[in-house]
Amino acid sequence: MNNDTNRGSIRPEQFQKIDRSNYVFERIERKRLTAWQDIRYRLVSNKLAMTGFYIMCVVLLFAIFAPMISPHDHFTNDLPNANQAPSWQHLFGTDDLGRDMFERTWKGAQISLFVGFAAALIDLIIGIIYGGIMGYYGGKVDEAMNRFAEIIYAIPHLLVTILLLVVMEPSLTTIIVAMSITGWINMAWIVRGQIMQLKNQEYALASKALGAGAMRIIFRHLIPNAMGPILVTLTLTVPSAIFTEAFLSFLGLGVQSPVASWGTMINDGVKSMTLYPWRLMFPALFLSLMMFAFNVFGDGLRDAFDPKLKK
Amino acid sequence: MIRYILKKFVIMLVSLFFLVTTTFVLMNAIPGSPLQSEKATSEAVQKNLEAYYGLDKPMIEQYGIYLKNLVQGDLGISMKKKFQAVDKIIKESFPYSLKLGIASVITSIVVGCLLGILAAMHHRKFIDNFAMVIAVIGLSIPSLVMAPLLQYSLAVKIRAFEVAGLNGPLDYVLPTIALSAASIAFIARLIRSTMIEVLNSDFIKTAKAKGLAGHWIVWRHALRNSMLPVVTFLGYLTAGVITGSVVIEKIFAIPGLGKFFVQSVSDRDYPLIMGITIFYAVLLMVCRFLADIAYVLVDPRMRAGGKGK
Repeated sequence: MNNDTNRGSIRPEQFQKIDRSNYVFERIERKRLTAWQDIRYRLVSNKLAMTGFYIMCVVLLFAIFAPMISPHDHFTNDLPNANQAPSWQHLFGTDDLGRDMFERTWKGAQISLFVGFAAALIDLIIGIIYGGIMGYYGGKVDEAMNRFAEIIYAIPHLLVTILLLVVMEPSLTTIIVAMSITGWINMAWIVRGQIMQLKNQEYALASKALGAGAMRIIFRHLIPNAMGPILVTLTLTVPSAIFTEAFLSFLGLGVQSPVASWGTMINDGVKSMTLYPWRLMFPALFLSLMMFAFNVFGDGLRDAFDPKLKK
Repeated sequence: MIRYILKKFVIMLVSLFFLVTTTFVLMNAIPGSPLQSEKATSEAVQKNLEAYYGLDKPMIEQYGIYLKNLVQGDLGISMKKKFQAVDKIIKESFPYSLKLGIASVITSIVVGCLLGILAAMHHRKFIDNFAMVIAVIGLSIPSLVMAPLLQYSLAVKIRAFEVAGLNGPLDYVLPTIALSAASIAFIARLIRSTMIEVLNSDFIKTAKAKGLAGHWIVWRHALRNSMLPVVTFLGYLTAGVITGSVVIEKIFAIPGLGKFFVQSVSDRDYPLIMGITIFYAVLLMVCRFLADIAYVLVDPRMRAGGKGK
């Protein structure tokens, strides 16, 4: 005190006490969000991902409703009107049998999307069960199941799919089955990693202590908490399944005429692209657009789930 | 480390055996004999043909012979291609695929790395966004769209390149671009994300503090550490190139293995399908195995510990 007064220029009376009764310490400026709200917020504010989302929605709507409204159908041949350029009558032109390309493109979209979603769903179911058991039990069970998965995984999956399709009757079901035989492994490993991380957390232990069975703990407690990476993997499985289906159709192993997926139509279109480019253009455009949409949306989803990327 | 490599090797062998057996079972599960044709053949001719292909023996014995031949590199005889040996077909057509494959693997790595590095160095700036949009587009356009698109625009419309074939060095340009587009995009994204992480790490800050030039930091310090995931990706890159080549060779009419594979599938030429499948599988598995080894060699943590996956 004495020292202060000795300075002369500043005296104790000149100090003023600040009124801090209305002052909030450690105020949280950011809006408080739950984990899912935060993820949704970050996803919605990602413009590229939302573009992908809207493209997906539009294509999906067209795939469902366009075939209903369109005056044409995908299988009636109309040979006098074969290979017509796009016009008001046929928005996307016609193919070599005079079938309306607009109708066929959206029918193809239905098939490609169905294959994509179905394959992803099967992968999800098998992957969650296999990966869940592998991760939860650990030890010898994990070791054995993991070896099996590794062995299957080491076989190039497209080759197995092709082999199976050569042997089986080609149909939508066989394509999906053939794709799922090797497709689930990735998902299983993702789930396994998640479960291994989560299974020793307090809530899982608490549930165990209360006498819950393994299945209940895995499916009621662990899987819901591992939903983030699972969802991301799922979103990125769909485009790869669509691509595989297109690839198989391109080899002539896909769905059979008169039904056509995008891959079949591209295959047909390539043969005549110098004369009738629209026969290639439309299915190719929508296949790429859909792949783009899913990839971008999947990326956005992954970023939204990644807390490290929070701004 | 040796244990790790050994483990991978054993898994590879088991998988191979698994695939070979599955292939054999599947091909024998097909109803009807592959020798049946629309033309009626007499009983004696049928018997002789079956004896020629060894189809009259019991299944187990056939399997034994098949395995034995396989180990010796004998993949059987094509049923549709004027009875040529499958291994001869592979031997003749594979060099085309190999040349194209090597060209596109090199292109993917070089262009992909450059794009990724550029993006990482200009993180969250225009170049970064631009490179990543290009990468996403590259990833989204499947090879079976990319190839006809390039062919149509650059060969048919502008006539800058030959439409098909693989005769001069210029003919490699279009198929290589179409084949490597997806891998370029993948590698670019991979390099970018690891590099951003590496560039923020302490040893880079030290290098900066010492006053090293920017490009030198990237080249000497950051790139080496960012290459790890690319090495793991190499095994899968070959897989992508091989499956891609099936499409590309068909579209550009290149007489490579992929074209024969497509043909064999549409002809239902079972020995040829089987032979090429096994050949592809061995190729892919060996590539992945080498990539695994390369990973161990490159990553010092793996060398020291020798544990983990």
